[in-house]
Amino acid sequence: MQPILEMRGITKTFPGVKALDDVNLRVAEGEIHALCGENGAGKSTLMKVLSGIYPHGSYEGAISFRGEECKFSGIRDSENLGIIIIHQELALIPLLSIAENIFLGNERASKGIIDWKQTFERTGELLKRVGLKESPQELVTNLGLGKQQLVEIAKALSKEVKLLILDEPTSSLNEKDSQALLDLLLEFKQRGIASIMISHKLNEIAKIADSITVLRDGAAVSTLDCSGGNVSEDDIIRDMVGRSLEDRYPPREPKIGETIFEVKNWTATHPQHSSRTVVKDVSFKARAGEVVGIAGLMGAGRTELAMSLFGRSYGHYVSGEVLLHGKPVDTSTVGRAIDAGICYVTEDRKLYGLVLDETIRRNVPLANLPGIANGGIVVSDRKEAKVANDYRDRLRIKSSSIAQEAVNLSGGNQQKVVLAKWLFAGPEVLILDEPTRGIDVGAKYEIYSIIGELAAQGKAVIVISSEMPELLGISDRIYVMNEGRFVGEMPTAEASQEKIMAAIIRSSGKA
Amino acid sequence: MSQQATTDTAVGSETESASHWSFLRRHMREYGILIALVVIMAFFQIATDGILMKPINLTNLVLQNSYIVIMALGMLLVIVSGHIDLSVGSVLGFVGALAAVMIVQWDMNFLVASIICLAVGGLIGAAQGYWVAYWKIPSFIVTLAGMLVFKGLTLWLLAGQSVGPFPGGFQLLASGFLPDVIDVRGFHLVSFVLGAGVAAFILGLALKHRFSTRGSGHSDEPFSFFMAKNVLIAVAILYLTWLLSSFRGFPNVLIVMAVLIAAYSFVTSRTTIGRRIYAIGGNEKAAKLSGINTERLTFLTFANMGMLAALAGLVFAARLNTATPKAGLAFELDVIAAVFIGGASMAGGVGTIVGAVIGAFIMGVMNNGMSILGIGIDYQQVIKGLVLLLAVIFDVVNRSRAS
Repeated sequence: MQPILEMRGITKTFPGVKALDDVNLRVAEGEIHALCGENGAGKSTLMKVLSGIYPHGSYEGAISFRGEECKFSGIRDSENLGIIIIHQELALIPLLSIAENIFLGNERASKGIIDWKQTFERTGELLKRVGLKESPQELVTNLGLGKQQLVEIAKALSKEVKLLILDEPTSSLNEKDSQALLDLLLEFKQRGIASIMISHKLNEIAKIADSITVLRDGAAVSTLDCSGGNVSEDDIIRDMVGRSLEDRYPPREPKIGETIFEVKNWTATHPQHSSRTVVKDVSFKARAGEVVGIAGLMGAGRTELAMSLFGRSYGHYVSGEVLLHGKPVDTSTVGRAIDAGICYVTEDRKLYGLVLDETIRRNVPLANLPGIANGGIVVSDRKEAKVANDYRDRLRIKSSSIAQEAVNLSGGNQQKVVLAKWLFAGPEVLILDEPTRGIDVGAKYEIYSIIGELAAQGKAVIVISSEMPELLGISDRIYVMNEGRFVGEMPTAEASQEKIMAAIIRSSGKA
Repeated sequence: MSQQATTDTAVGSETESASHWSFLRRHMREYGILIALVVIMAFFQIATDGILMKPINLTNLVLQNSYIVIMALGMLLVIVSGHIDLSVGSVLGFVGALAAVMIVQWDMNFLVASIICLAVGGLIGAAQGYWVAYWKIPSFIVTLAGMLVFKGLTLWLLAGQSVGPFPGGFQLLASGFLPDVIDVRGFHLVSFVLGAGVAAFILGLALKHRFSTRGSGHSDEPFSFFMAKNVLIAVAILYLTWLLSSFRGFPNVLIVMAVLIAAYSFVTSRTTIGRRIYAIGGNEKAAKLSGINTERLTFLTFANMGMLAALAGLVFAARLNTATPKAGLAFELDVIAAVFIGGASMAGGVGTIVGAVIGAFIMGVMNNGMSILGIGIDYQQVIKGLVLLLAVIFDVVNRSRAS
């Protein structure tokens, strides 16, 4: 087939780093092309070169689009040709309507005066094409992430898209929304719109991609043709990490002891609407040395449950009790929860986990400052440096030194800094919320190893995850949560993705 | 020491100078502000034919800037925690008025009145901090309201009149000097010995810190820089001490300032409370989820600011020897400017006490120098505004280049 896009010999250097080294990328007309690679492999840099964010002249190599040589000097040039990129962090303005967002910078107007009738009509057509049943006048802030993603795509369609680039489009979507998005991509393919999809979700790639380019350390290591259906996830992983990962989950031999953590009849309501009960009468327990998984769809109330347990950081507490070693403990503030030995690793490390502009050294002791201080008040530089260095070595945080700022670390290493912070707080019960979201395969394995080590030390580890294979791979027992309730419990040995989904579907709509 | 020396010389001179250069670039800000102060002082020293550094003018400079420096300490904490306090000028005026009413009109003992004033300042700060911390009302709004309220209350308290003069004992706070025990003609020995002691102490502390943290990956400051910086600081202190000693010695308010600067510097850089305040400014949500009581700390930074504004109010009233309805007008702007010139970030989480103090003195030296040169108040404002803008542009450009 005729290639719609050809990037030849792209080399891009930053001071001191070669981010891309002679990369070739060839996307055929009307195909879905997946771009895989670990974080930092150069995927985003390549897409920034393609979309003109790095203008012509700042890199070496050539780009041709539909047979023509391109020299983009900015994102406008690439958009004019129909190359549209949708970033992982959506670029919508929350308090504007869907229609306003779609035509932002591209307003349907004559002489600067907006033609609202045409704007809304066009928006209506576009929303129909992406299968979004919302009014064009709805504010974006009222939409879930899945729907916002669709608005972004509608926006791309409004610009006569020829090549759609999606950066991690499903990373924060639930299974249903992800599926809808993938179906939409397949539909676009029928209409001849090619897409490039960057994703860590290999199962999705295997499902819809026609070909796959794998990047590693700034070089394209392989291009796999999926048309024969003979590319497995393991093949992709092998190329991504440069070695074969025989097992994606580290082996462990659980030694499960007494129950140390127990939650009884926990109920909490939405912070603004006290009539909406978000966590309903949840009871569960975790034993020493046990990894407990909490499965569920996005919006099932898992994060809300965890945050509400952890110092009532979410919503309004209604009723319930937390027991540690059989005794009730006070977890009414975050400080008290930490003192009791309950720690919570948030799902959003940038927003809730790290002080991004601070160094590793300053971030690690944050939840246990008295631990690096003399008399609990005067910070000892020596203790602080020792703690930070110890955890940097132990968790293998890749960084120039502990003086490196968190913002300059890759996602996996940022997550390790957050973990270091909580390990230093000395938890007995550690709740991890989506601990591997948006981090690459190699780093995931290391996070799983840390989880395993914690359990081996006799701690109770609770893992919330939307990735069912992950839960099945690392936990000993799985609870299933849906619509604010615990609707199933199964030992992992007896669990499967089908059983978990079945538990969710059986319970849906009953409440 | 000898080991350090050998490792220093072992490194090839070429790579050494390269690493020095890169270190300087990364720490441009910290050195830059100090260099800026020195350059500005040198400029005015030459431009004013040496009047700037005359002992009497230097003493004046300290007295004139004391209340700005005192408030800058509190403002730094407020700005680092991600807020702003626009009310400090009005609070300063209000507390001065309150002191005048109590001491002059009611004949209250000035010590008792001063303590009441500090408490009132703390309460004012606490009242504003309460809304900011616990009700999440933007601090800009709360303190803008406070600014108007206390400006009005000052007028009301003084009934539009100036109230004074204060008794001699109260005036000592601002215009008194450290007493001298041994009379050496025209030279204040006690002050000099004290100053020399402080210089030695700072040098010793820096050395001790340097060697106790060596190898822990904390400081990559080249040894030559470290020595040059600290020796220069010590020499500067000695020189200024000598100048002040040859006039009337250390003003009382300088002692107060020095103690406060040392205390706040220690709290911000070396204590868990300091770490927590920086964490709140850096990422309040992450700080809260790390078990830090963000509300209480924010509340306390405002209460602290109120108390320091009250102290500044007492100093200012004592210096003018009268309380006027116009006292403190637009002081908040000087204080905020000092903190930003000193390298603090509008977004919070960044800034140092020493930087804020140097920032205050940069503003102070420019005020003083331009006044000596007879530059009109119109041009003075323009120049000060541009310096503030330049300092922050330098900061932002520097930071974006570093990343």
